[in-house]
This record gives sequence, C-alpha cells and structure tokens, in this order.
Amino acid sequence: MDLIWLVPALPLLGFLTLLVAGPRMGDPKSGWFATGAVAASFAVAVALFVDLQSMPEYERQVTQTLYTWMPSGSFEVSIGFLLDPLSSIMILFITGIGALIHLYSIGYMKGDPKFSKFFLYLNLFLASMLLLVLGDNLLLTFLGWEGVGVCSYLLISFWHTEPANATAGKKAFVTNRIGDAGFMLGTFLVFVTFGSINYADLRPAATGIAAVTATAIALLFFVGAIGKSAQIPLFTWLPDAMAGPTPVSALIHAATMVTAGVYLITRLNPIMAQAGWANDVIAWTGAVTALVAATIAVAQTDIKKVLAYSTVSQLGYMFMAVGTQTYVAGVFHMITHAFFKALLFLGAGAVIYSMAHEQDMRRYGNLRKYLPVTFVTFFVGWLAIAGVPPLSGFWSKDEILAGVFNYGAAGPALWVVGVLVAILTAFYMTRQLIMVFFGTEQWRGVAPVPAGAVLGASGAGAGDTAPEQEAESPTVQLGEGSDEPTAHDDHTGHGDHHLMPSHEPKEAPWTMLAPLVVLAGMAAIAGLMNLPFSDQFKRLEHWLYPMIVFENPLPEGPTLVGLAAVAIAAAVVGIWFAFFVYVKRRLDPARIELPILAEGWKIDSTYAAVVGGPGEATFQGVADADARIVDGAVNAVGRGSLGLGTLLRKLQTGLVRTYALGVAIGTVALLAFIVTRMNL
Amino acid sequence: MLELTETWYLVLASLVFTIGAVGLMVRRNPLVQFMCVELMLNAVNLSFVAFARSLDDVRGQAIVFFVLVVAAAEVVVGLGIIVAIMRRRQGADADDISLMRG
Amino acid sequence: MRVEMFTFLVTATIVLAGSLGVVLLRNPVHNALSLIGTLFGVAVLFIAQEAYFLAAIQVIVYAGAIVVLFLFVIMLLGVDKSESLRREPILGQRPAAIVAGVAILGLTLTALLSSAARVTGEQSVLAPLDPAVPDINRLGRVLFTEYIFAFEVTAVLLTIAVVGAVVLIRRAGDPIDLGEFPDGTMGDVLAARAAERNPTIDDAADEEAGLDETADDAAATDDAAATDDAAGGER
Repeated sequence: MDLIWLVPALPLLGFLTLLVAGPRMGDPKSGWFATGAVAASFAVAVALFVDLQSMPEYERQVTQTLYTWMPSGSFEVSIGFLLDPLSSIMILFITGIGALIHLYSIGYMKGDPKFSKFFLYLNLFLASMLLLVLGDNLLLTFLGWEGVGVCSYLLISFWHTEPANATAGKKAFVTNRIGDAGFMLGTFLVFVTFGSINYADLRPAATGIAAVTATAIALLFFVGAIGKSAQIPLFTWLPDAMAGPTPVSALIHAATMVTAGVYLITRLNPIMAQAGWANDVIAWTGAVTALVAATIAVAQTDIKKVLAYSTVSQLGYMFMAVGTQTYVAGVFHMITHAFFKALLFLGAGAVIYSMAHEQDMRRYGNLRKYLPVTFVTFFVGWLAIAGVPPLSGFWSKDEILAGVFNYGAAGPALWVVGVLVAILTAFYMTRQLIMVFFGTEQWRGVAPVPAGAVLGASGAGAGDTAPEQEAESPTVQLGEGSDEPTAHDDHTGHGDHHLMPSHEPKEAPWTMLAPLVVLAGMAAIAGLMNLPFSDQFKRLEHWLYPMIVFENPLPEGPTLVGLAAVAIAAAVVGIWFAFFVYVKRRLDPARIELPILAEGWKIDSTYAAVVGGPGEATFQGVADADARIVDGAVNAVGRGSLGLGTLLRKLQTGLVRTYALGVAIGTVALLAFIVTRMNL
Repeated sequence: MLELTETWYLVLASLVFTIGAVGLMVRRNPLVQFMCVELMLNAVNLSFVAFARSLDDVRGQAIVFFVLVVAAAEVVVGLGIIVAIMRRRQGADADDISLMRG
Repeated sequence: MRVEMFTFLVTATIVLAGSLGVVLLRNPVHNALSLIGTLFGVAVLFIAQEAYFLAAIQVIVYAGAIVVLFLFVIMLLGVDKSESLRREPILGQRPAAIVAGVAILGLTLTALLSSAARVTGEQSVLAPLDPAVPDINRLGRVLFTEYIFAFEVTAVLLTIAVVGAVVLIRRAGDPIDLGEFPDGTMGDVLAARAAERNPTIDDAADEEAGLDETADDAAATDDAAATDDAAGGER
C-alpha cells in the first residue's frame, strides 16, 4: 500500500531517463526501456489490486500523501494518491493496455527518426494519466488532465512536418481548452461549496448541499468531460486526432484518455446523486452523440476514421450509462471498450503497416489470406464491439441498455436510441470487416496507389528471430528486404513505392502481433467481470459498490432477458444488413453512405464557417479592445513609472555624503518613533 | 557624589557617536570619513561593553569582538578602494566621485 | 568608587577631545593621531568595565594596526595636505548634518536619561560575568560554542577582505610576474639559483639528472620573466 506512488512514478522515471538518454539508447532499446517501465508499473498495480482485495469492503480506500503541494490558508493541496476500487481498476487496465501498446509501438515505430521521442511522450502520457486517476483531489486530477492533453497534442502532431497533422494537434488542444475551462470553474465551485477539493471530503458533505449547486457543479464538470471525451458538441477533434501514429490512437484516443470524462463523472457520483436534471443532460448528450457518431461512421472510408467515430459513439454509450446513474455499467463498458477498441485500433495499425500506410479501405480487400493473425484478432474485436455474445462487448452494452431502460420516464426513449446505435455499430463494423478482409484484392494492380506493397519490410527487423514468434503466429514471415529502413516514408512524402505483383502484404513483426493476441483474449473474456446471471457473478458491481452513492438498479427477471434478446437481435440485424449490402450487393452502398454522413453532418465545416466568419470578427474586435484598453492601461502604468523614475533619480546624486545624510535622517526618524513609543 | 552607573558610559557613547556621524557628513576627505566611521563603531562598542556589565552577560563582549573583526576587514577593503581611486585622480575628495549619479 | 569616577571623567574627556579632533582638525595626520587618543580612551573604559581582553584587542587591532594603516595610506598617497573646512560644495549639507546630529543626540539622551531606572540589573543565567572566571575564558567559551558559526564566517570574511584588497591594489593590466612563482620546491629553486651563479656545478653533478632538469626549467622561467619585465618596461 505504500507503493501507490510507484505507479505513476515508474513511467515518469522512464520519461526522465528517455529525456536524458533517449537519443543515445536509440531504436529499439529506448522502446524496450519504456515498455519495461510501464510493465513494472503494471506489476505494482496488480500487487496493489491484490492488496486492496484482501481488505474489508468498506476500508478499501487508501490515501497516500507524499507532501503538501500548496498550503494557503484554509486551502491546502497535497500531492496525495487515492487508491480505491475505482482507481485500482483504472490503473490496472491503463498500465496493462499501456504496456501492450508500448510493445506494439516498438514494431510500429521502427526506423522512425524520432523513435525515442515517441516513447518519451508515451511514458509521459501514462504518468499523467495515472496521476489523473490516482490523484486524491480535483487539482491533482486536473494536473493529470492537462498532462494527458499536452501529450495528446504532442502525439497527434508527432509527424508535424505534415501541416495537416500539426493542425489536427492544435485542434485537439484548443477544443480541449473549452472543456478545461468547465473543469476549472467546477473546481472553484466545489471549493467554494465544500471548502475542500479532496475527494474524501466531498462524499460525506455532498448530501448537505443545495440541488442547484450540485446541478451547477455537475454541469461544469460535464463540460470538462465533453471536451476530453469528445461528446457533442466538442467531438470534432477526435476524428482529426487520427493523424497521430496508430498506437497513439489506440492508447490515448480509444482506451485511456478519452474515458477520463467518464471516470470524472463516476468519481463525482456523490455530487451527481444530488444533481437532478444535470443527469438527464448527460444521458441525452451521450445518446445523441452515440447516434450521430454512429451514423457518421457508416460512411467513412478511412479505416481509422471509422474507428474514431465508433469511439465517439461508444463514449456516448458510457455517458448514457453514467447519466442514468448506471455507473457500474459505464465503468464496465469503459474497460471492455478499452480492450476491444485498443485491439481494433492496433489491428488497423497492423493492416496499415502491412499496406505501407494506405488507410483507404476501398484499396484493401481479401487481406485475411495474407494477414491471418491480424484477421483473427480483428475478427474477435469485431464480434466484441458488435455485441455478439458471449464476448465482452455484449455484456457491457447489454448492461447499459438495461440500466438505461430502467431510468425513469425518459428511459425507454433513451433505450430506443441505444438499440439504434447498437444496430448501426454492428453494421458499420461489419462493413469495415468486409471491406478490409474480404472481397476482391483492390490493392492489386491499382496503378496510382501511392503506397504499394513493399511490406513487412520494415517490420521484420534484422534482429528479429523466429522462435518467439512461432508460438503465437506461425505464419509470420520475415521479410527478405529487412534492411529497408522504414514504412513511414509516406508521411515524409518521398515513399513512392509501386505495387509489384510478387510482393504481397505480410504480417507485422511479433512485437505487434503479441499485443493483438493478448488483447483479443481479453476482449473475448472481459465480460466475465460482471455477468448478470446471479449475484455472485456481479464481481465488478460488488467491487465498485462501496464508492457509489446511488446506483440505478437493473431490471430483473424476464425484463432483463427480453432486453438482452433485443440487444442480440440488434447485433444480428446490423450484421445481416451489412452482409446484405456489402456481400450480396442487393443494395447499392451509395444509398447508405450518404455524402452528408461522410462529411460528418457538416458539423465540422459549420464550426469552421461560424468561427471563421462572425466568430473571427468578434475576436478581432476583442483583440482590438485589448490592444486599446488593456494594453493602453498597461502602457500608461509604464509611462507613469517612467515619469516617477525620472523625478526620483534626481535623489541619486552619487555623492556619499548626501547618502550619509539620508541614513542619518532615517536614523532620526527611527529613534523618534522608538522614543515616542517609550513610556517616558 | 554621583554614582557611576552604566548611563554615564551610554551618554558618552552617544556623544562620540553623534560626533562621528556629523563628521562623516561634513568632512570631504575620504580617509577622515573613514576615521569617523571608526568613531561611530567605537561608540557602539563602548555601549555594548557597558550593557554587558550592567546586564551581567558576556555575550555583549562577544559582539564587540565581532565588530572589531568586521571593522578591520572594512578598513582593509576601504583603504584599498581609496588607494585605487587616488592613483587615478590625484587629490580627489568624496565630492569628486559621483559616478553613480542617477 | 571615587577612583572609578575619577578615571571615567578623565578618560571621557580624552575620548571626547579625541573624537572632536578627528572631526575638526584639518590635517589628516592630526586626525589620525586624535583617533588614537579616542581609541586608547575607549580601551581604558573597557578596563574600567572589566573587559580586559577586549581592551587589549582594542589597543592591538585599532591603535596598533588600523590607525597605522591609515597613516601609511596618508603618507603613501601624499594626501596630507589640509582640507578647507570653510567651503561646502553641497548646498545645505552642513546645516542639515548638524540638525540631524543634534536630533540623534537629543533623542538618544532623552531615551537614556529618562529611562535610567529601566536597566533591571537582573543576573544573566546564560553567560554571567562571574568574577571568579577570567573574562577571556568566558568570552572564549561563548565564541566557540554559541557563536561558532559566526566565528567561522568571520574567518571567511577576513580572507575575502585580504583577497579583495590585493585585487583592488593590483593595477589593471599589470602582468603577473611568473618568476615570483617558480616551479618545484624551495630546494629546487635554491639549487637553480646556485647553478645560475656557478655553471660548473652542471658538469660536476651528472648523476643528479632530475635536479638538472628542474634547474634548467627554473632558469628558463626566470628568463621568460625577465623578458616579460623587459616588455613591460617598454610599454
């Protein structure tokens, strides 16, 4: 229990070491070092989890205070870590998935000129994320919140020589700022209301506050969550964030950082329990986001964009869950989603890698023949996200839908939206699977494909030897041209490989496939955490129970079974329909992939038009006012001091005797003061 | 006959201090100014010793010891500066040197 | 009592006369001599108050070292010419100085004379002036226990003052005469000088090869220094 600080400290140590020694360690040593740091952190997290489990249920809340960060009157912030059921399970999957993605990145980023810098950022990201989760007060969480924002920015624009990537990073950063303002205002309001920002102090005091205050706090923090977790209206940055390397998309923009909003709302559930209609706002925002993003995902052709909109949509599910106060289901889905979405992203990364950075799904096809391991793992991820039992996604999604259904008068309406989203999810994921792994080999013989199939070349490094790979992926072939430097040539613009019939897509190296296999296993079985059959299977619910004030109960018996049946039916319908359209070709896909969907309901372009047009004019006005009034005041102060200084410098004669006289006058004044104070 | 108390010493110290202070402000020869500073330091030393006796505490004398050492250091450096200045400007006095004028 | 009072009065007169002399006499040499009078007077008053060690230090350090230093500088710089006290270049400086002085004196005397009864005369428990123990022992005990840090810092201060004085006095651009700091031990240096004076030793002492080398080195250094000097002279 004394080791809590080690969990964020190990990645931080990795960061600091790489900062100093990263370029010297180079490729791949720095990657292995970073992976080791995160794996060690995972080991500590496991030990802490086991420790916590051995404690009595209601004592599972350990605070470790390292030191007082800023003591200031009654306001005191300490660097302290809070380990409770929620944070312990969060650090488990953050470090676990983080370690796997680090391992994956060793293969993916091989040969990149900024190899060590990539791992430097990844380690810093994990340290911030763990700080966010483990911080025992709002300010520390905010520190981590900003830290992950910075890392997200740095990693999205990692290949910043491409202007589009740099712009995407800026967009993510600026959009997040809007949410951060909400977070900060919420923190201020919490301090004013409670006189403390420690989570431990909030819970007992939360019942005593006015409903209006609670609603205001809840809404402010929800604004923060909207920014970080990419909900309507601030979701446009996430699809653009796909400009970053794929492991980043998997780690930050699918598995961990974007779930921070859900974590925050869950963490503040004592306040949420008092917040009244703020919960409806959260639930409906989640529902609308889920639906809008799912419809957009239907029409995307970029393999990563589909997954990005899918992530937004799934996050919408989570907000539906926490909004309807079905926190357990929300956290449950957060964890299963982390597994299967990380899996899908990494699988997509492996495909992209094998296709020499071609991301357009229309140029894939029939890849199951060439990338069997990637195909099988992606298939598992597909089943999980589509909601096919008994994979993990089914259980968590079903639990959310059941909880939503049971939520008061608005419940059924929300539930209908949720089912619609489930159908759409199954549809677009099946579409993606078909386009990538089945059908005709669109990449073959297409002359102007910018990136050809000089593939696997970079992957199978000369140092890689077969034995480790055989166990998991017997079909991995070591590329003959293993001294081909990198597959990342494209983004620098000079990789002009042309397709040669003799070169076919090859599997990625084992460092990339091993995480896929592990994550596929987890995505398949993670549902075991919380099965609805009987009380003893609801492990996650029991685990989280002590820290949740009010949990919306799930429906029982036949209702639950009926809802589950509808959920299964939704998945089947979605899959069948996609099959109908894309395999049987009974319906022209163009009738579904409407242009307005491909453009994301024109939301992004509308923002651009509004902010760029009247918005910019307003800002220009504000800037002018700033230049005249604020800067004018500052300059006036400057001129005033200058004038005063000109007067005062006359006192500075440079003559020692004048100074001595000044000292003497001071002495007289001091003596006079003392003498008059004495009782003579 | 009046009794000799520490007040006598303190009055004497006060007188010497004032003479030194006025001298510092009035005289222009930097060497003499230095001597005036020494006068003031001695006045303070005298009062410290007087207090040490009247309060029966040897720490008053310890302070005098430190004042002596600091005065010695000050004189060494101060005279060094004066010599350095005088080498450049023969016969300069305190009013001729006002490089620090604002 | 009577003797003590008599001593005080006589000494106080000397002290005051001396200090007035420092301020009022025109010739710097006379000022310095007046200062000695004051310093001696203060030393006598120290003795009257049983501070024997401080009195000795006062005579040795002040009268013996500091004032001599003053006189030395006066002679060195030739500034022993009289200063006109008639002229006052800074407007209003003199009246202001006198007013300030009177104020300081008046205020301190007010405080002293009106609160004469305030000095309690309570015995110090921490460091009493026990007549049975010589004052030098008591002072030493305090300096090396309670004030040990200040004491050590004082040592550093003195070192810095010495270095500072050397730096100040050195003319900027003066070449440092390396011949002042020859290589090797003093023995080597002496041998080198002997070799310079009597070159035949070189032939006689073949077996002392090491010595020869150092001797040559030293000679070379001396030559270089000589060249430096010559160059300096030319400049």
